[in-house]
Amino acid sequence: MSDDVRGVPDRVVDLFEGNDPLLIVGTMLGIYVLLTAAAVAVGFDLNGIVNTLRAATVFAAGYGMLVLALNLHWGYTGLFNIGVAGFMAVGTYVTAMLSAAPSSSPPGLGLPLPVAILGGMAAAAIVGLLTALPALRLRADYLAIVTVALSEMIRLFVKSRIAQEFTVAGVTLGTGGGRGINYPSPQTIVTGLLVKEPRSPGSEPTAFGEAVFGAAESVGISESVVSGLFYLVLLLVFTGAFYWLLVRIANSPFGRVLKAIREDELVASSLGKDTRLFKLKVFAVGCALMGLGGYLWIGRSGYVNDLSFRPNITFFVFIALIIGGAGSNTGSILGGMVFSALLFYFPQFVSQNLGGGSAPDSFAAALGSAGDLFAYAVANVSSLRFVAIGILLVYLMQNRPEGILGHRKEDAASVDLLERGSGRRPAADGGRPPDSGGESDE
Amino acid sequence: MGVAEQLSVGRKLVAERPGALVVGLVGVLLLVDLVRKLTTGALPSPRFASLLLDGLVIGLAYGLAGIGLSMTYSILNFANFAHGDTVTVGAFAGWSVAYVVGGLGTAGFGSLFLLSSDPGLSVANAPLVVLVGVVAAGVGTVVLSLALDRIVYRPMRDAGGISLLIASIGVALALRYLVAFVYGVGVKGITAASPKLALLSLDGAVGMGVLGPDQRVGELAGPSEVAYYVGLPFANRNVTEVLVGLTFHQIALALAAGGLMLGIHLLLQRTKLGKAMRAMADNKALARVTGIPTERIIRMTWVIGGGLTGVAGFLIVLERGTMSFSFGWILLLFIFAAVILGGIGSVYGAMVGGVVIGVVDSVSIIWLPSSLTTAAAFAILIVVLLLKPDGIFGGVTTA
Amino acid sequence: MSETDADGGAAGPAEAEIPEDATAPEIDEPEAQDSEVEESAKTTPRSLPLRVQNLHKEFGGITAVDGATFSVEAESLTGLIGPNGAGKSTTFNCITGVHRPTSGHVYFRDEDITGLAPHEIAQRGLVRTFQIARELEEMTVMENMMLAPRGQVGESLVRSVTPGLRGSVVEQETELRERAWETLDLFEIDHLAGEYAGNLSGGQRKLLEMARVLMTDPEMVLLDEPLAGVNPTLEEKLLERVHELRGEGYTFLLVEHDMDVIMENCEHVIVMHQGRVLAEGGPDEIRSNEQVIEAYLGENV
Repeated sequence: MSDDVRGVPDRVVDLFEGNDPLLIVGTMLGIYVLLTAAAVAVGFDLNGIVNTLRAATVFAAGYGMLVLALNLHWGYTGLFNIGVAGFMAVGTYVTAMLSAAPSSSPPGLGLPLPVAILGGMAAAAIVGLLTALPALRLRADYLAIVTVALSEMIRLFVKSRIAQEFTVAGVTLGTGGGRGINYPSPQTIVTGLLVKEPRSPGSEPTAFGEAVFGAAESVGISESVVSGLFYLVLLLVFTGAFYWLLVRIANSPFGRVLKAIREDELVASSLGKDTRLFKLKVFAVGCALMGLGGYLWIGRSGYVNDLSFRPNITFFVFIALIIGGAGSNTGSILGGMVFSALLFYFPQFVSQNLGGGSAPDSFAAALGSAGDLFAYAVANVSSLRFVAIGILLVYLMQNRPEGILGHRKEDAASVDLLERGSGRRPAADGGRPPDSGGESDE
Repeated sequence: MGVAEQLSVGRKLVAERPGALVVGLVGVLLLVDLVRKLTTGALPSPRFASLLLDGLVIGLAYGLAGIGLSMTYSILNFANFAHGDTVTVGAFAGWSVAYVVGGLGTAGFGSLFLLSSDPGLSVANAPLVVLVGVVAAGVGTVVLSLALDRIVYRPMRDAGGISLLIASIGVALALRYLVAFVYGVGVKGITAASPKLALLSLDGAVGMGVLGPDQRVGELAGPSEVAYYVGLPFANRNVTEVLVGLTFHQIALALAAGGLMLGIHLLLQRTKLGKAMRAMADNKALARVTGIPTERIIRMTWVIGGGLTGVAGFLIVLERGTMSFSFGWILLLFIFAAVILGGIGSVYGAMVGGVVIGVVDSVSIIWLPSSLTTAAAFAILIVVLLLKPDGIFGGVTTA
Repeated sequence: MSETDADGGAAGPAEAEIPEDATAPEIDEPEAQDSEVEESAKTTPRSLPLRVQNLHKEFGGITAVDGATFSVEAESLTGLIGPNGAGKSTTFNCITGVHRPTSGHVYFRDEDITGLAPHEIAQRGLVRTFQIARELEEMTVMENMMLAPRGQVGESLVRSVTPGLRGSVVEQETELRERAWETLDLFEIDHLAGEYAGNLSGGQRKLLEMARVLMTDPEMVLLDEPLAGVNPTLEEKLLERVHELRGEGYTFLLVEHDMDVIMENCEHVIVMHQGRVLAEGGPDEIRSNEQVIEAYLGENV
């Protein structure tokens, strides 16, 4: 643990000295400043700026949820699960199939959305358990291969003709195969506040909706952006809930056992902990969260198909976790934010808005001049950003594998471990240089 | 063994290895069903033979690609998730060179190199160009692998296998999107159609010959239009069709893979380098202590592995006829399946594993819808990892 | 097998007095021991918390343990010694559930624990330390300590998360924390409470290892070469602690390579050789046992 190497990220973190929520908000504000500057430079009006910030925050919140869930598996318990996309798919598709109307194509069960969401989470948890039962005893790299293979199998199954439409107990359901599935989007949860018929486009606004739309219009913000903002708030509420849940798990004896399992499973079991049971529980909970995150974020538009859940998503979430610091919940959020808004969204924004349209259309043509090359790069930044992300990951693994916050001492306990009885805190941080063992030097 | 003993052995098997038993039962059931389908004609034997042959050929490619992965997995102790994208780079490098050489004069260097103008190459009309491409693919991948080892993996030599795995994920991403940046994201048609060595039934007779790339068996007047036709004494068939066929590209792939594998076998068994590599695969620390120059061995591993990988990528594209920037990434799990089934560290294992995976992927269409045949191959990967992670030749040294 | 006095013969440092009421004050056992235990200790099964019977363990073709039988008395400091390859570690691992014996039985407090998983055995009060101190390196000393106790309500996922139920978790954590501080004080490593265990020196890790195992509130502790590579001052301290604790009612089985340590501290010694128990008895008996001498001499050739 080198506390000596203090880089820029450490200095920024120090500014917020232990106040994690402030650190999160502060980082987001910093990102906002950057994006606003870019949007203004490109000539966006207020509506455009607000929309840009909204879109970036949606990414950040969505990634935040998934990185938190993966942190529970990998950062805390040391379970190398790179099948995240598969569990997201299970949660999203089951929620979709349960909530889609029987009249839509493919048909669903038409259940109320809260029920469908719980059903999706339960399905993801069950699939997680079924995976975990045989697979958790595998060593880390084998578990990684198994989970990614499973994730692909889930995707292929969803795409297959068998799953496309099937009848069970007289009821017809389906995943829609390659054509995908339509279902009530998470937005409909909040749009009900604004319009009378959330599921039909162009419906009349409610009284509340009229007031809000009216106010927004007076500052030049469009209805669709307003709806989007309401959905964003919903997403942020869920992200906050994820964070709250995971911090509670981490700061508890349960979380302590998880860390011990990651460090040395034999010791944990020699101290009486049934490590297999802990791992199963954690795996199931994490998968349920991934399922929920999948529906809320990947499924936010009310349509998904098998291509929505390719393994790339898992790897992006993983990279975000490494950037933020595996093992730290706050780090997970920071990593999610930095990755999604800065590395994913921002380059895309630049490319879409700065590309003049006169960029060379092939790499060979771009080699003509520096200007051409730059224009080509900007137009193809969607590919370049991944090259940068890949290089960043290699750099991190070589130089700073603990990411931004992974090195922090985050004691896994529900009380302050360094307090003593009357609330005083004796110097217990190794203040005295470690000596050769127990010699009292008072 | 007496009956009582046999019973107790059987009971032990059920109790201790239920997984293996289930797998065995499934295998037997499938075999029985296959025989049934073949004998009743539900599955015509030519079709089965085609499926088998196709699977075999592509399996050889998986195996060839897998040797490199198997070697680095055992000698460097990490699962190289960038292996698939290395296959891609090799293929692109090889075909770019082939295009430039083969298309000289027909279009500009840039558009040839970037594979946008198609000089219509195939093994039949430009065998030497294809050969040049093979060599270029191998050389290009060797250079890439050595560079990656130097920049990425060597500084991390002592980091654990998991850290290396994660770093290789980063390498995979960077390579893939570098190719996308340079070559674009579309699917490119690469080769021209090639002639086919076929067993065919025509005009009531069965024979073997070479069909040209533009010949359709249904449009032929008679066996005389088939080059190198040789009649065979098989029963009269009233159909006009290709019973079983292999394109020249497939044959080239099979020959190349077989030849290279033989070469590797000789290298590992007969040369000092080979012995040293096998020693390192067994026990790196011990190898270091006994003075085997481990860095040199590691470099040779990347060279040999990289070369084979690039060639495999080139040949896969030759056989398929098309390629895209992510085709190697998509193949990664197949290659892992081949390597793990065969046993990490075993070259023969990689080949055998590759063939099995290729055949499973191809033949499982008899029972499964096409979208699930891939899933079948992946299911094998999972089952092997759960039941016998050592694979078929597992625990054996690199050979 | 001769029965020796619980506190006779051992030439160790002055021991704390064994209270008349044999219930150790620190241990909250659900079943308190009778005050007659001291009298009946020599004859009732309760005096033998650990019994190993005809233990066999084979690995492939190698027989590591070939019919070992011995027992350990309550509140004793028993030593297990033997030359290299005698089978001590394997026996240890069979007792603690790391290996499943090929045949034979292990009884802990008259319960057959043969083949149970390590966590099940630890839950019953039989715990072990590790020869190479296995500290959970990226956890702090305090976290290591707080990990150990059995029966933590907060180890239930539901209880630690649900708002209403978390109160009881916090309560127990506070209690355990105080106990942890006291134990750290006892081993004089309290000043390291906030350090990562990975930053501790070798000697400090040994102390932590023992402090941590005590937090489990065990019945019996198996010490796996606790003094290996430890300087004399630390060694003395560790042994002092062990004797103190023995006086408070704990039972120790000590596996050590250093014969002198065993002879000087244990009142009962078990000698293993080639997978079997060669001899059992008090230090003096063992010292003069010809077979034992031969076995060790044979090793030194």
